[in-house]
Amino acid sequence: MAIEKYPMEPLNEVDVAEGLRIDSLMAASRQSIPDPDSWLDEEISRNVLVTTVDYVLDWARSRSIFPLMFGLACCAFEMIGTAASRFDISRFGMDIFRWSPRQADLMIVAGTLTWKMAPAVKLVYEQMPEPKWVIAMGQCSISGGPFKESYSVVPGVNRIIPVDVYVPGCPPRPESLLYGITKIHQKIVKESIKKA
Amino acid sequence: MTTALNGEQLAEKIIKASPDAVVAVDKGAVVVKSESLYQVAEFLKNTPELDFDYLVNLTVVDYMDYFEVVYHLVSLKHNHSLVLKTRCRDREKPVVPSVVGLWRSADFQEREVYDLMGIVFDGHPNLKRLLLWEGFVGHPLRRDYL
Repeated sequence: MAIEKYPMEPLNEVDVAEGLRIDSLMAASRQSIPDPDSWLDEEISRNVLVTTVDYVLDWARSRSIFPLMFGLACCAFEMIGTAASRFDISRFGMDIFRWSPRQADLMIVAGTLTWKMAPAVKLVYEQMPEPKWVIAMGQCSISGGPFKESYSVVPGVNRIIPVDVYVPGCPPRPESLLYGITKIHQKIVKESIKKA
Repeated sequence: MTTALNGEQLAEKIIKASPDAVVAVDKGAVVVKSESLYQVAEFLKNTPELDFDYLVNLTVVDYMDYFEVVYHLVSLKHNHSLVLKTRCRDREKPVVPSVVGLWRSADFQEREVYDLMGIVFDGHPNLKRLLLWEGFVGHPLRRDYL
């Protein structure tokens, strides 16, 4: 006995197209996602890491700062103490204090800056290659400190060179200077090659 | 230990060599006229039993009424010392004879005193500012500075 066919509407083109599209999406979703590294052979694929240029550059810069060996007054002794074994600035990748400004990228202005000394400090700053950062260490280099009203002292080194981080104290303890250096690290990590 | 010579006893010797040079005297120091300072200094340096061959320190004190230039002298041979002073009352242009010809160590000391106090050392070979820069106005260690 022949079954009577259920009467159906004739197929709509839009519905057919939608059905085909859903079918293809379902089929695609069941396929495994291709490995983007499949073209690499095994030896390379275990050693390649994909990242951004900014991240790598900032990581490298922040972890190998070369400070300039340069002290103006009593704060310099705290800076030297920071570099010595007890506080050990090497932990932050700053093993070597450079004698030459052309090899340094961090200037720690440690101590009272007099107007007589100001041209020399400005010259040393200008001799440093970009990118460069400046820490004003101690009250004298921040604002002139106790000598702010004096006839011979620069009231803050930011009057002659741009300063990134201010480390207060008279003089600051080595821990403070290390904290200032980690602040410099945080600042470097935020920098982008596009702006440079 | 260096023995500090008695100023009163030494003043007698100075008066013998150059009369009316000494203005005032006490145990610690001899104050002489600024006009005869070089003469007295020469006497102190070249007399064999005094033989002050070393100028330790040269400084100046501002007493508002007058400036007092202070010379700390030492004899390395006899191991004794003396404080020699001189006064000048002119605030506009205080002039004191230079002793660079006798003690070379006076060179920078006199330049510093000129720089910060404005005392003019007559006869100094290179009297210009030492600690402050060229073009600085005034002499900042004077008590009426500011």
